[in-house]
Amino acid sequence: MIKVYVPRDSGARSMGADEVASAIAREAASQKLSVQIIRTGSRGLYWLEPLVEVETASGRVAYGPVQEADVASLFKAKFHEGAKHKLTLGNIEDHPYLKNQERLTFVRCGIIDPVSVADYMAHGGYAALKKALAMTGERVVAEVTESGLRGRGGAGFPAGIKWKTVHDTPPGQKYVCCNADEGDSGTFADRMVMEGDPLMLIEGMTIAGIATGANEGFIYIRSEYPDAIATMKEAIAAAVSANWLGTNIQGTDKSFTLEVRRGAGAYICGEETSMLDSLEGKRGMVRPKPPIPALFGLFGKPTLINNVLTFAAIPYIITEGGAAYKNYGMGKSRGTQPFQLAGNIKHGGLVEKAFGVTLRQLIEDFGGGTHSGRPIRAVQVGGPLGAYLPAAQLDLPMEYETFAAEGAMVGHGGLVVFDETVDMAQQARFAMEFCAIESCGKCTPCRIGAVRGVETIDRIVAGIDRTQNLELLEELCQTMTDGSLCAMGGLTPMPVQSAIKHFPEDFDRPVNLQAAE
Amino acid sequence: MAGKRTLINTLPQGTEAAQAIAARYGNRPDALLEMLHDIQHELGAIPDAALPVLAKALNLSRAEVYGTMSFYHEFRRTPAGRHVVKVCRAESCQAMGARALVAEAQKTLQVRFGETTSDGAITLEAVYCLGNCHLSPNIQVDGKTIGRVNAEKFGKLAAELRA
Repeated sequence: MIKVYVPRDSGARSMGADEVASAIAREAASQKLSVQIIRTGSRGLYWLEPLVEVETASGRVAYGPVQEADVASLFKAKFHEGAKHKLTLGNIEDHPYLKNQERLTFVRCGIIDPVSVADYMAHGGYAALKKALAMTGERVVAEVTESGLRGRGGAGFPAGIKWKTVHDTPPGQKYVCCNADEGDSGTFADRMVMEGDPLMLIEGMTIAGIATGANEGFIYIRSEYPDAIATMKEAIAAAVSANWLGTNIQGTDKSFTLEVRRGAGAYICGEETSMLDSLEGKRGMVRPKPPIPALFGLFGKPTLINNVLTFAAIPYIITEGGAAYKNYGMGKSRGTQPFQLAGNIKHGGLVEKAFGVTLRQLIEDFGGGTHSGRPIRAVQVGGPLGAYLPAAQLDLPMEYETFAAEGAMVGHGGLVVFDETVDMAQQARFAMEFCAIESCGKCTPCRIGAVRGVETIDRIVAGIDRTQNLELLEELCQTMTDGSLCAMGGLTPMPVQSAIKHFPEDFDRPVNLQAAE
Repeated sequence: MAGKRTLINTLPQGTEAAQAIAARYGNRPDALLEMLHDIQHELGAIPDAALPVLAKALNLSRAEVYGTMSFYHEFRRTPAGRHVVKVCRAESCQAMGARALVAEAQKTLQVRFGETTSDGAITLEAVYCLGNCHLSPNIQVDGKTIGRVNAEKFGKLAAELRA
């Protein structure tokens, strides 16, 4: 039996992975070859997708990017025996893009069948939960605290403190909620986990439930991710039937159930309190804090909310120990971050590295520079609410505090690269426009401020009282930063102000040139 | 390209469907979004008549159900065309020419965002990130993401969908 691996990841599918898989099946049948096609997640080297791998005596051999039309010639060249072909990439793990990473979380993604518990366990899965089942909640929480893990959703709040807060509430109904509303442009790591190694997320959440005394969990996934929703549901069913989820897990007195809930196209629901309202079946309106969700969360009960990547880091931390995880990183940013290379980039994909790696290393060494081949002008780090940094700042290390000191943020680790053709006034305008479209409307600075922001930038671009309007915009940004209820209104000024600060020339162009464009 | 849009009147009442779907979730008010998704999946949109049915089943006010439904971009009150094409407008795709792609899509289909082509084949919508930013610019056709879309690829796809 020949084993061929073709990703089922939506990114690989977006380039024709399904067509390639059926072509392989067809061709194998016509040649009377016994081929088993295993649909995996993605390795994260997206410019090589669809990436097909074949199991040989000397390990897996990769080919990519494979198109449907290449399949006949692959068989002709005997790719199923690992033979050479113009698309041969050799063992993909020797590729510098993968070899130079520090993958602690993305160890199985792209390798295993994402919904097979047996495959997951054969690659180290469920070792952590097995261990956690024999530990006290305090010990598990202490291990998470020791690891220095900070919330990967963007805010970087120490996970251990959050876990301890929920753990220390009196016994009773508590919840664990996973925020999988990955709406930031330039990010896709959550999606990759859910489509490529969903059992790792389930294991992380189950450990969280057992440690904090919560027996019910929800994963809130955005509706733009239909593949992730389907894979997550399949994985939950597989975990339940293997008794790694549900009542009396593995014969212990511990129980934890998990449900997937779909979002419905509202960016704001990635904000944790808005997500809670959405999970309760309501409009996704932001709640004022305090009370914090750890004490008064879903249905008013203590609720542990973490991002996909935070929960996904837990199995490693429990298996290897918090100290092992803490060994990676820089300053107060411990462990690794799955960085996501996006936008105008030659080699877009996922790079998991310890904190401290520079923007330049990520964009140039891994990413290979821009896709267009033109010079880099700006990089937006941390999603639509993150700062635009100029090419001159590429040597900044990726680390929470360093970025904060520069008026920027690491956020969820997404990097969107722009070449020299970008118009930064247009980008600033879009930041305000996006906020106007996606604001929940609860607080005035965000609801009204964003609309006024768009109008003011339009006036600046049109050359109307530029100096005064720039001053007005600055004041508006300050009001939004200080007065908004959540990060949506509070951080929208970040891309706007960074664009003005680093690219003032784009706000001072001759008007006739603007009109001519 | 001729012909009036007749889709609007074809939406079923949906009261029975709404009742059955609510029951499937044990009439739990927190599952309202799931129910709305299912109704839309089954009927193509969320008919006005379904709202009071849901309100009654979930012991909510009609205003609460309407409020939830109208908050989310994903839910529609009138059916879309046979295919829904979403074009990503977010930053990563902008860096790879999404603004030009949006203009091209609107020109090719002769519609703006939120509108359906005159033959009822395609509803064009804006979307903010499909999580495929490593292969920008992206579109999503009936739930399937397609990467590295340029004007030529879009034109070919649109023609196939309208055939």
